[in-house]
Amino acid sequence: MQTSFTPEQLRDPGLAAANEVLRTCVHCGFCTATCPTFVLKGDELDSPRGRIYLIKDMLEEGGPPGALVVRHIDRCLSCLSCMTTCPSGVHYMHLVDYARGVIETRHTRPWHDRLLRRLLAALLPYPARFRTALRAARLARPFAPLLPRSGVLASRMRAMLALAPERLPAADGGMAGKVWRPEGTRRFRVALLAGCAQRVLDPEINAATIRLLTRMGGEVVVPDGSGCCGALAHHLGRHGQTLAEVRANVAAWTREMAGEGLDGIVVNASGCGAMVKDYGFLMRLEPEADSAAKVAALAMDVSEALLRFGYAPSRPPAGITVAYHAACGLQHGQKITEEPKLLLAKAGFRVAMPAEAHLCCGSAGSYNMLQPEIADSLRERKLGNLRDCAADVVATGNIGCLTQLAGHGLPVLHTVMLLDWMAGGPRPAALEAAAVPEPEGEARAHELAAEAAGQLGG
Amino acid sequence: MDVEPPLHEDVLARRGAIVAGLCRLLPEDAVISDRARLRPYETDGMASERQVPLAVALPSTTGEVVAVMRFLHREGVPVVPRGAGTSLSGGALPRADAVVLGMMRMHRILEVDYADRFARVQAGVTNLAITEAVQKGGFFYAPDPSSQLACMIGGNVAMNAGGAHCLRYGVTTNNLLGLTVVTAEGDVVEIGGRHVDAAGYDWLGLLTGSEGQLAVVTEVTVRILHAAEGARAMLVAFKANEVAGACVAAIIAAGIIPVALEFMDRPAIAACEAFAHAGYPLDAEALLIVEVEGSAAEQDALLARISGICARFEPVSLRVSASAEESAAIWKGRKGAFGAVGRISPDYLCMDGTIPTGRLAEVLARIGEMSGRYGLKVANIFHAGDGNLHPLILFDANDADSQRRAEEFGAEILRLCVEVGGCLTGEHGVGVEKRPLMGVQFNPTELAQQRRIKEAFDPGWLLNPSKVFPAADAAA
Repeated sequence: MQTSFTPEQLRDPGLAAANEVLRTCVHCGFCTATCPTFVLKGDELDSPRGRIYLIKDMLEEGGPPGALVVRHIDRCLSCLSCMTTCPSGVHYMHLVDYARGVIETRHTRPWHDRLLRRLLAALLPYPARFRTALRAARLARPFAPLLPRSGVLASRMRAMLALAPERLPAADGGMAGKVWRPEGTRRFRVALLAGCAQRVLDPEINAATIRLLTRMGGEVVVPDGSGCCGALAHHLGRHGQTLAEVRANVAAWTREMAGEGLDGIVVNASGCGAMVKDYGFLMRLEPEADSAAKVAALAMDVSEALLRFGYAPSRPPAGITVAYHAACGLQHGQKITEEPKLLLAKAGFRVAMPAEAHLCCGSAGSYNMLQPEIADSLRERKLGNLRDCAADVVATGNIGCLTQLAGHGLPVLHTVMLLDWMAGGPRPAALEAAAVPEPEGEARAHELAAEAAGQLGG
Repeated sequence: MDVEPPLHEDVLARRGAIVAGLCRLLPEDAVISDRARLRPYETDGMASERQVPLAVALPSTTGEVVAVMRFLHREGVPVVPRGAGTSLSGGALPRADAVVLGMMRMHRILEVDYADRFARVQAGVTNLAITEAVQKGGFFYAPDPSSQLACMIGGNVAMNAGGAHCLRYGVTTNNLLGLTVVTAEGDVVEIGGRHVDAAGYDWLGLLTGSEGQLAVVTEVTVRILHAAEGARAMLVAFKANEVAGACVAAIIAAGIIPVALEFMDRPAIAACEAFAHAGYPLDAEALLIVEVEGSAAEQDALLARISGICARFEPVSLRVSASAEESAAIWKGRKGAFGAVGRISPDYLCMDGTIPTGRLAEVLARIGEMSGRYGLKVANIFHAGDGNLHPLILFDANDADSQRRAEEFGAEILRLCVEVGGCLTGEHGVGVEKRPLMGVQFNPTELAQQRRIKEAFDPGWLLNPSKVFPAADAAA
């Protein structure tokens, strides 16, 4: 596609990279069809191709973008479905992330929008603060009916209150600086991105991940100084905070790589994985460029790690059908589509895929709090397609999707919970609530048989 | 490009009132009138042509289309209908005095009937969504333009779209049963129905391919077909474009009609392989994708006959797809071909002409010679079986001279198509791209007769006025 930047504009390396992306687009329009917001809104402006055009104009003109233009960029979920569809290989993610930064510096949002974004960026990446905020939200929930029936502010407040869980699980007691020893001989050593919001909302995901890896002979470490991956701040266009968070992780993991060494950096939240894998690009202009690229090359989703290090179930099949909800950070952000399904099948589950699997569920980081109407429509559509699978349970690889889809009559849990169960871990609590039959007799019989075999062999 | 017919200055002067009128007829988010947000609507799949429209209207129902059309007719405002905006001939290119009527919100499947083999859908349903809607019954909608994922059935009707599988099943016009259209005056007219023939003149045939110049299509009833038992694709690689072209002619002359018979040359093979990882042979100069369908025995018999013919042209390699996944990857690469060329060139002009299959080898050789003369690379990806060429001329839109040469090169290819007994268009329509060349294809009497048809439907030249007819033949 034609662009018209002055040589002076192109001296800005960020803009030069954006120009490269723009020039790859041939305006064929394939991306429109698989974009969740275009499917809902039926407007070119709410499609990837329309946004690319709006961004091109905004960058060419160089001034502050108008509120109407910003609205369409804000509606982008960053699900990256367009990047899966695009035949030309347009790196939309780098373009829209750059545009968000430009909007953040040149455009003045209404006070309540600024306040909310600042709050999200100040709370979500920090587990202790986030925990306190969720408690406050729970206390505030009875007052939700007092909110005005219409208006952006009121609907966002309502969405946030609704997303706060009824009960918070017990805190994980801090993970930084801890090492979990392998069962038996050490076969590999990995760092785990402990994450931020996930640690508060569902600490069992990390616990199950650690059980799985240590059982397979892995030593798991959460190095001191590693924290939020930076994606939340990045998608809010907050460049400074993003770089600080990325830098802290790169430093922590680099120390670990130089010390005892790492065979991988395991991430069990799909959006975070996509972010860490892009650290090389994000830090390309910083002094830490090399170490960031090395960190990015070591990053792997937990499903990749389990396949690489040899996941094996120890219980007999539970006779359960699992609807696999492909999180966008996995299927589009990291192009991981088959691994989680392979693992589930290996663990003895029947795997069902919903229709429109490529469409986002509306979670998208902090999107469901900033764009509640679109997020709700996408959730309803996703729940409908998942219900049509007639499965016992839904599995997915991202805490955002879990929070977005839970509480609507379908049991939803992280894929690792099911895999851990079948490898000897506890039966996931979400199955109890859903009254999924317990194949106890069979499992016990198998365990006894395995023990007997072990004794014979030993 | 050609000279534009003059703008309606009075319309430009009344812009504010016209936008206000649209806002009274449609919901708030269905009218776009600020310049920054009109810009993304200034072009379609042919991004080299651009013009910001007066406004954009996004109706959701036939009723809203009627209201908008009545209002715009009364105000004398030109209308440019637009589906997904994937036209490669600039069919949805706006005018400064025109309202773009975007049909993207009309995306409902209205009725599916397997016993009578039809589906009735709104104009903004994508081509692929029709097949997806009838797949569970074992049916499909046959015409499959490469953009079928995104392009909409209303636009398919307007351009009489084709596709890889049209060799066997015919193009859009052969697969339609009925249309609901809104006239320039804003009246609803039902054409055809659910049956094979319609009483009276063949209006369905007349409206199909009329490029939004006779009426606005709001609903379409298509013929759906039962899918074959199975299908298999075969890849045959050759050492030269002309050899592959001669092989195509030999297959067709032997009386074999595969479901699809597609051609790709070396640059196209490389770009598509990078996108689809289909296992295309990267060392071949030219590649044919041949697909056959039917029972396993029928497929075997046809593939054996086709392989026998191919052997006479000394293929470099010949591979039959071994699985459904392999076939899917082969088609993913072919269907994404135009976009995939974005990997090897910042811009391209996608040409679309038709020639007699017997002249393929000669025409490909002459395109190769022109490529050297204009100093621009060409990627060839096309429906070889029915002689529908798509040379993609690679250029750089940030270099004005390269764009000018690309346009001249394209015009020379299309003149060549007519010269060898073919046609200016295959499936993309005339749009703005081929208007200046209409005189090469038609004599003044023929053009005048077409103009009389246009004026019978739209005497005020308000419907997509700056398309198809050379500027001198369009209304002043």
